[in-house]
Amino acid sequence: MSKGEIVSGVLAPHPPHLVYAENAPQNEPRAECGWEVLRWGYERCRKNVLAKKPDVLIVHSPHWKTVVGHHVLGVDHFKGLSVDPIFPNLFRFHYDLKVDVELAEMIHAEILEAGLVSKMMRNPKFRVDYGTITSCHLINPAWDIPIVGISSNQSYYYFSNDVGQEQMFALGEATRRAVEKSGRRAALLGSCSLSHRHFTVEPELPEDMSREHVYHHGQYLWDMRVLGLMREGKTRQLMDELPDFIEQSVSETKEGCLSWLVSALGFPDYPADVHAYGNVIGTGNAVVEWDPQLARELSA
Amino acid sequence: MSVTRGFIVPGKPQPLLSPDACTAWSKIRAAFDRVRKEIERSDADLILLYSTQWFSILGHQIQANPEPKWTLVDQEFHELGEMPYEFRMDAEFGKLYAEKARARGLHARSIAYHGFPIDTGTVVALKLLNPDNRLPASVVSCNMYADRAETLVLGKAAGDALRESGKKAIAIGVTALSNRMHTDIVLPEDDHISAGKDDEWNRKILEILGEGRLEDVAQHAREFAAEANGDQKLKAIWWLSALMGQHNQYQGEVYEYQPLYGTGAALVSLTPSASVAQDLEFDEEDVDVYSGDRNVLDAGVSSGDILTAPDATAGVVHVEAAPRPVGAFPHARRAGNLLFLSGMGPRTPGSDEIPGGPVRSANGKRLEYDIEAQTRAVIENVKTVLVASGSSLDEVIDIQCFLIDMDRDFERFNRVYAEYFSKIQATRTTVAIDALPTPIAVEFKVVASVG
Repeated sequence: MSKGEIVSGVLAPHPPHLVYAENAPQNEPRAECGWEVLRWGYERCRKNVLAKKPDVLIVHSPHWKTVVGHHVLGVDHFKGLSVDPIFPNLFRFHYDLKVDVELAEMIHAEILEAGLVSKMMRNPKFRVDYGTITSCHLINPAWDIPIVGISSNQSYYYFSNDVGQEQMFALGEATRRAVEKSGRRAALLGSCSLSHRHFTVEPELPEDMSREHVYHHGQYLWDMRVLGLMREGKTRQLMDELPDFIEQSVSETKEGCLSWLVSALGFPDYPADVHAYGNVIGTGNAVVEWDPQLARELSA
Repeated sequence: MSVTRGFIVPGKPQPLLSPDACTAWSKIRAAFDRVRKEIERSDADLILLYSTQWFSILGHQIQANPEPKWTLVDQEFHELGEMPYEFRMDAEFGKLYAEKARARGLHARSIAYHGFPIDTGTVVALKLLNPDNRLPASVVSCNMYADRAETLVLGKAAGDALRESGKKAIAIGVTALSNRMHTDIVLPEDDHISAGKDDEWNRKILEILGEGRLEDVAQHAREFAAEANGDQKLKAIWWLSALMGQHNQYQGEVYEYQPLYGTGAALVSLTPSASVAQDLEFDEEDVDVYSGDRNVLDAGVSSGDILTAPDATAGVVHVEAAPRPVGAFPHARRAGNLLFLSGMGPRTPGSDEIPGGPVRSANGKRLEYDIEAQTRAVIENVKTVLVASGSSLDEVIDIQCFLIDMDRDFERFNRVYAEYFSKIQATRTTVAIDALPTPIAVEFKVVASVG
């Protein structure tokens, strides 16, 4: 078996609004339009990722929240209805997905080997969270690639963002080791927004784009700073500054997705491709792709 | 009286799915059974429930699906099994509750969607306390950002709806007390409150609740939440107290208090009673109508102008093409139109080699070195940082030079210096020091203008 590799890493935010506005056939509500810049960015990113022909999508989602360690989906097939608890008017999605359980087991084993706590989720009645579903759908709407889902550990709430980040670095390294041992070609999806201050009311017509803008200029500046570092390939500096970013912008990266992703990718020093940036109920969202092949070409 | 009884109950799944795993959990289950029997004996028309595990962020949501049906598996404790449920909700009351909440300035809506994810706390409470759906229920969400004012108004709106409907309700706050879960896998028999401090705080507020002083606890809630990681700031207590009248006139009884995976789990009964009137100990501001977000999303940011641009590191310059700093500092930092460079040595960017050779070996032995080569390398590194920061050697204002051997090196150092700076005429101070952090002989500290 040849050595596996991470063929792509994507910051893949999960506002259900994007699936709603796309009028995905699996989703019950219908929309007129909305959030096109982000959706079209996802389309460009999707082409790049799928062109790599990944065997599996590994997704880290903030909406599967756990405290007792990091949990990994461990049932080979899930079928059900996902209703967003915050936006049930926008997202009622009938999902049918396959899980790469063999790789999930290997990731679980590597997490334990790293000294972290991990559990396999083996209950077939479990409802897959909407963050996982949204990010996977937007990267692979055909749903013809198996996934591995990893929960977002919340225990750093008891300690600090820095402690959480250290855990996520170890989780990312464990994920990379498992992929390499598995022989798989894996695409990684970190399912989170950037700045996460948002409006606390919703327009009567959710896709009314005249009501959509960033919640605050300061968080926009933070988002641009973070994206600038990504585009310049300065992910170590990005990670150094992330705790400040989290505090100042209430960033959803607190949930660990970005730290996990960057660590799994080996702290890229090559430029990321920012496919899109846009606001959803005031939050900052970017579709960002890291292509490890680019790193090899730049160093050749 | 609109609310005939109030109860506080925990919302973790163990008492439902694994009550016999340890003594603590079985005691919690027994207390749930006691509450269930008391509800069965009551003349209430409705169970009115607030769960800290049903999060909302856009105001509040109120369940109005008359017969929600699903099989829930807990996100955390999925290994304990499934929780199939089929509840009876009072949809009309839910709509009325949302209407009354809006009338008091809240953003609220009733929801009725098949498959809506009812939270574990609600499912555990309703399955254990109302297993045969004898009473219809009405369930309201816990807004993550809501503070006391918003939650009080939400409780009062529930009271408005009860009065208008003419119904009598059992009010249930589903909440942990201290909410610090174990972060590792802990066997049931080893379960304990995860911190002694939390345990002390839990016992303190339970003592007060046992005296029926609900409003006193509500006014202690902020302090408790800060000290004992209270579950959602103990909002369930705010809601319950506002709904039940914001006073201390209850017959209180603590049915049980035990650890539940590290959290503080208590079942408390509060029965309205005119004969046990207590004075309020505190007088936090009361509020009847909610009037806006009050920057609730700013919570958690410590001080100052919290909605700021990224100025925590404003003006900081990191230069990839310069030698890596040997500590937690940037290469330069801009303040106004001045640029302050960190001390710069001669190390070669990337390799860390020292042009002209190091001044000492790894075991501390003094070595011969070329001060001219080192000085030239320092100035080239300074130039790299200046250019990357939008400045240049020509804009240097002041330089401090540090030499480890003035007698040996000054003359040759000074000659190289002059090649670069004779026309620039920056001010300069040169001092001899014992050593530098790396085995180098010279370091510059530079201030330049920029922009």
